[in-house]
Amino acid sequence: MGATFVGMPVFPVAARAALADTQLRHNLAHATGTIRGKRARVVGEVTDWEDLRTAGAAIKDVALADLEQHLVQLEARLTEQGAVVHWARDGDEANRIVADIAKAHQVDEVVKVKSMATQEIGLNEALAEEGIAAWETDLAELIVQLGDDLPSHILVPAIHRNRAEIRRIFLDRMSSAGRPAPATLTDDPPELAAAARLHLREKFLRAKMAVSGANFAVAETGTLVVVESEGNGRMCLTLPEVLVSVVGIEKVVPTWADLDVFLRLLPRSSTGERMNPYTSTWAGVTPGDGPQEVHVVLLDNGRTRALADDLGRQALRCIRCSACLNVCPVYERVGGHAYGSVYPGPIGAILNPLLHGVGENAQTDSLPYASSLCGACYEVCPVKIDIPSILVDLRAQVVDAHRGQRPKVEAVAMKGASATFGSAKRLGFAERFARLGTSMARRIPVASAWTGARDLPSGPTESFRAWWRRTDGGRNGGRGE
Amino acid sequence: MSDAPASPEMSSAPGASSAREEILARVRAATAAAPAVEYAAPVRTRTAGSVDLFVERVADYRAVVERCHADELTQRVLAVVEGCSVVVPAGLRVEVPDAVLDTGLSALELDDIDAVVTEATVGIAETGTIVLDHGAGQGRRAITLVPDRHVCVVRADQVVADVQDAVAMLDPNRAQTWISGPSATSDIELNRVEGVHGPRHLHVIVVDG
Repeated sequence: MGATFVGMPVFPVAARAALADTQLRHNLAHATGTIRGKRARVVGEVTDWEDLRTAGAAIKDVALADLEQHLVQLEARLTEQGAVVHWARDGDEANRIVADIAKAHQVDEVVKVKSMATQEIGLNEALAEEGIAAWETDLAELIVQLGDDLPSHILVPAIHRNRAEIRRIFLDRMSSAGRPAPATLTDDPPELAAAARLHLREKFLRAKMAVSGANFAVAETGTLVVVESEGNGRMCLTLPEVLVSVVGIEKVVPTWADLDVFLRLLPRSSTGERMNPYTSTWAGVTPGDGPQEVHVVLLDNGRTRALADDLGRQALRCIRCSACLNVCPVYERVGGHAYGSVYPGPIGAILNPLLHGVGENAQTDSLPYASSLCGACYEVCPVKIDIPSILVDLRAQVVDAHRGQRPKVEAVAMKGASATFGSAKRLGFAERFARLGTSMARRIPVASAWTGARDLPSGPTESFRAWWRRTDGGRNGGRGE
Repeated sequence: MSDAPASPEMSSAPGASSAREEILARVRAATAAAPAVEYAAPVRTRTAGSVDLFVERVADYRAVVERCHADELTQRVLAVVEGCSVVVPAGLRVEVPDAVLDTGLSALELDDIDAVVTEATVGIAETGTIVLDHGAGQGRRAITLVPDRHVCVVRADQVVADVQDAVAMLDPNRAQTWISGPSATSDIELNRVEGVHGPRHLHVIVVDG
């Protein structure tokens, strides 16, 4: 359990390495193509899909606009129903709370439901330092954990692995974590899933403590919701005696009725299903059923920073469906690791700078540029997050944060362009040399840094203004000599 | 926890209340200038829950689904669990001879049982979902999770049209399990594979009349 995103290179460097990996590109193209088709089919079934998206965005905006009241209400309802509520300003504080609960119960292992929040704060590594093993039980998370690898997708963290690679990881690594994979294991997906079932069942049956996240937290009723497929979530939420859920403060929705909208938006957007196999809801402790000690850790960790950003605030609507990853032409080619975060893809390109701030870290500052601004992410987003506009705004914030430093070559070039386009005489002069210029641009080192990642078209044989003069604006018919 | 009405301060770890105050202050500052937002739930066009659609959609998940008349129910259930060890919850309105009545069996004990028979609270036609609120006839969450075969009896009049109808009638203060087909995963190359940790066999019997 050693892999970490800390110290990842800036996006363009990481992307170049990822693009050279043909196996990765093949795995990603196959997987994202499959999921795009499934999503389009089930979204097409819903006649009021646009109304649903609008409702999803509005409900989250209402929740966020009055977040203080909703959080206080959530805390009160949870406490009334026997849950213990903790507050964590940052990841370290949340990790300490979870570790302290584990130590109070003298457990040396916990089972985990897939949770973006706990990945974001590095909970597994923090628990390992305290001598507590955290077993990931989602199939893809298990593949990542056994392979000592990093997640590369929000929904399917092992999307970069194909079945043959998964078989290899199970055969090589399962024995070191518990029950070994059968020696006769093939790369048939049902067989791989069965191997995971056997491997994890002994852990579920003996686990004393589980850690989860939550997809939604209902302020009005204190109900938490976990949406999943495999049943590992149900195992973790039901069998252990102690349950700790780490919940980002933006997961709050005001009312129980609001869940209708999200339970229709989320499965269709994420796995392309009408409904995911299992959704569990619970409100505090249910006497005689499930964990009798229930903790909820409400996590800030940069969310209030994002909340203070007038345009970026809407990123906190995100329900982690990952539809934006699956349609993104950049993500499809470079994969998730290049983003250097548990939140990759278009949502990661805005969420990371919003949570951590810009101007501090070159890797984070590179993310708003990891996009062609094509807008496909906005189109599929079930809560209508205007990712392209936020990307542009964050680019401006990154530039502002670096003001006063040595101007970048690109900024000088743009300034030059502005002077040229601002004067007809200078433009006419520049046009005459454009053909010469573009071929030279590919050779001189400064401009090739720009053109290495972009297509630079060849200059025309004749400028528009020269053509106008020669043909009298097309009136003397000439289409050239 | 304790019997005393717990205030947030009392139930939280030392130092937590200052974290609470600090986070709430940050939230207050961050939203001070946020524009007011209004939301009215969308006007719904309600349609009756079609049992035919429910059956079709449950089958889409590769669950086994069948319809029968009330007087055939016991016989149908027994046919499905033939040769299996069976656990049943208190309050189940189907007689299953030789079944173990759940009285708080441990996870390990449940792991030795092949099948469970329960009722449900509501069925959702549009999505092919059954919802358990774990009341009478449904039992603790663990009994419908650990055994590998779940036989679920849904009355035709429990089928509603869509998710919003189910949400409207369910009690948010009860633990619920929404089930759409057998346990499945899409984690290997994003292809759906049935059969991971939950019951690998879901058998839904819809009872008319």
